[in-house]
Amino acid sequence: MPYISHTDQQRAQMLAEIGLKPEDLFSDIPPALWCRPLNLPEGLSEQEVRSRLAAIASKNYIHLTCFLGGGFYDHFIPAAVYALTSRSEFYTAYTPYQPEVSQGTLQAIYEFQSVICRLTEMEASNASLYDGGTALYEAMMMALRLTRRNKVIVDDSVNPIYRVMLHSYTRNLKIELTETENAGGLANREAIRRALDEQTAAVIVQNPNFFGCIDDFTDLAEAAHSKGALLIVSCYPISLGILKAPGAMGADIVTGEGQSLGLPMCFGGPYLGFMATRKEYVRQMPGRIVGQTVDAQGRRGFVLTLQAREQHIRRDKATSNICSNEALCALTALVYLCLLGKEGLRETAQLCADKASYAYQRLTAIPGVRPHFPAQWFFNEMVLDLPCEAAEAAAKLIERGYAAGFPLSRYYKGMNNSLLIAVTEKRTKQEIGMLAEELEAIL
Amino acid sequence: MIDPEARYLRTHEWAKDEGRGIFAVGLSSYALEQLGDIVYLELPEEGDTVEQGGTFGVVESVKAASDLYAPLGGEIVEVNQAAVDNPDMLKEDPYEEGWLIKIKASNPSEFEDLMDAKEYKQFLETEAE
Repeated sequence: MPYISHTDQQRAQMLAEIGLKPEDLFSDIPPALWCRPLNLPEGLSEQEVRSRLAAIASKNYIHLTCFLGGGFYDHFIPAAVYALTSRSEFYTAYTPYQPEVSQGTLQAIYEFQSVICRLTEMEASNASLYDGGTALYEAMMMALRLTRRNKVIVDDSVNPIYRVMLHSYTRNLKIELTETENAGGLANREAIRRALDEQTAAVIVQNPNFFGCIDDFTDLAEAAHSKGALLIVSCYPISLGILKAPGAMGADIVTGEGQSLGLPMCFGGPYLGFMATRKEYVRQMPGRIVGQTVDAQGRRGFVLTLQAREQHIRRDKATSNICSNEALCALTALVYLCLLGKEGLRETAQLCADKASYAYQRLTAIPGVRPHFPAQWFFNEMVLDLPCEAAEAAAKLIERGYAAGFPLSRYYKGMNNSLLIAVTEKRTKQEIGMLAEELEAIL
Repeated sequence: MIDPEARYLRTHEWAKDEGRGIFAVGLSSYALEQLGDIVYLELPEEGDTVEQGGTFGVVESVKAASDLYAPLGGEIVEVNQAAVDNPDMLKEDPYEEGWLIKIKASNPSEFEDLMDAKEYKQFLETEAE
C-alpha cells in the first residue's frame, strides 16, 4: 500500500486542475539527478517478510559466550530497566521541541545530566549525544572553539574507530591532528609533551584505553594546561564505579559511550554519547541542556536552557548540528544507574575487574599465551598475545561457541597475534574456565 | 533614547568617535528593548580584526541569538569585560557604560557612512510602521 492515500487518478486530476503534468513537479531538478528505477524485488506479504527476516536473523551467532569489548560491553541489564523505559509516557523516539509541556521528560534529562556529572566528577553535562565517537568529536570541536587554536594531539590508544571519526569529520577543516604512539600501553608522556605547544587546543586520551590499560592523566592535565590547552578524556562509565574520575584528574571535557549503562549490544545502535565539562565552558558545549527553575508561583520546574545557540534557532551558527541522541537511550542509562545505585555500580565495576583478573590468570597460564603489556594495570579488558594469528584463533573459537575477543591486527600494525579480551560481571567462573580450555585446545 | 553623539547601523549598533581613530561600539537602547532579557554576550578578543558590516559577536536573549555587526572595520583594541560578566548593565546605560568593544578603525571615514542620530530616529519610525 502506498504511503500516500491518493490514487494515481486523483493525483492526475489535481494536477490537471492547475494545468500541470507529474513531471513538471520535478522540472527544477536536473534530469541527471532524478531517481532511476531501483533494482528491487516485488513486495512480499507480511508472513513472507517475517519468515525471510527470521531466516536471515538465524545466520547470526547469538548464543556465543561474549568476551568482546573494544568500546561495547555485554553487561547485565535488570528487567526493570526495560519495564520502566517502555512506559508509554517515555516511549517516544526523540527529544522534545515543546519542552515546557514535557516536564517528565525534562526532569528525566535533568537527572541524567546529574548522574553523568556525579559519575565523571564534572560540573555540567548535556542531555546526551549520538554516540561515544561523535561525543569525542564534539569535545574536540568544543576545545577548538574555546581555545581558538587549531592543533589537537590524540593518543593512539584512544579507540581507533573514534580516531577514524575525528579524521574523517575534520578532513576539510584546517585542523592539525597529531597522533602519538602509546608507550607500553599507556599514553606516551614524552611524545605528548614534545607535541604540546602554544597552538595546541587539546590533548585527547582515553581511560581505560583501547587496550584496557588504566592510566591517571593528572600530569597530562597539568602539562596541557601549562600550554593553555584542554585535556579531553573519553571514558568507560562502568569503570568509574571504582576508578579515579576524569574530573579528579583535572580533565576539562569528559565524553564516553553510554551503551554499557543498560543498553543492549545491538549492531551499531542506537547508542548513547555523553559529555560533561566545567561550568565555565558550558556555553560552548553542544547539544541541549535542561535546567531547573521555579515558575511564577515558586514551584519547581524544568526548562531547556541555552537553547538560543541550538540548531532549531540558529541553524548555521549552532554549536553542532548532529548533537541529538534518542533521549530514550539517556533515560535507559539513568534508570540503570538509579537501579544500581552508588554501591551497585561500585560492586558491578569490582566484579568486572575481579573476573577479568581471574581470566587473565587462567588464560596466561596457557603455554604460549602472554600479556602484551605485562607492566600495566587493566580494568576488565586486556591484550593477550597468542602463539598464532589472533583472528584465526578467534574464528576457531566462534565455531566452539565463544566470541573470544577482538583481534587487534585490524587497527594496530605488528599486533597480528594480539587478542583484546573483555570480561564483564555477566561472565561466570565456569565460562571463563571453558574459554581457557577451548583456547588451549585450539592452539 | 538615542545618543545624539553616536552614529548608527540599520542593525542597531552604534559607534562613537573617541579620537585618535578609536571608536566605541554598542547596541542602541531600541535594540536592547526589542531583545528582552539578555543572557549572554559573545565578544571578540583584543587584537582580532573585523570589517565594516562584518560580525564581531553574538548577543543572546532567552529565545534568540543575534549577530552583532561592526559599524567600522579595524582592530579590536578593547572589549568590555564588565558587560560580558553582567549583560544586564547594557540596558541601564547603553551608550556609556554599556559599550561592547572599541575598534581602532583602519579607515575612520567609514564613520561618515553611518546614520546620524536624526536619520536613525527616522529609520526607527519607518521600522515601527
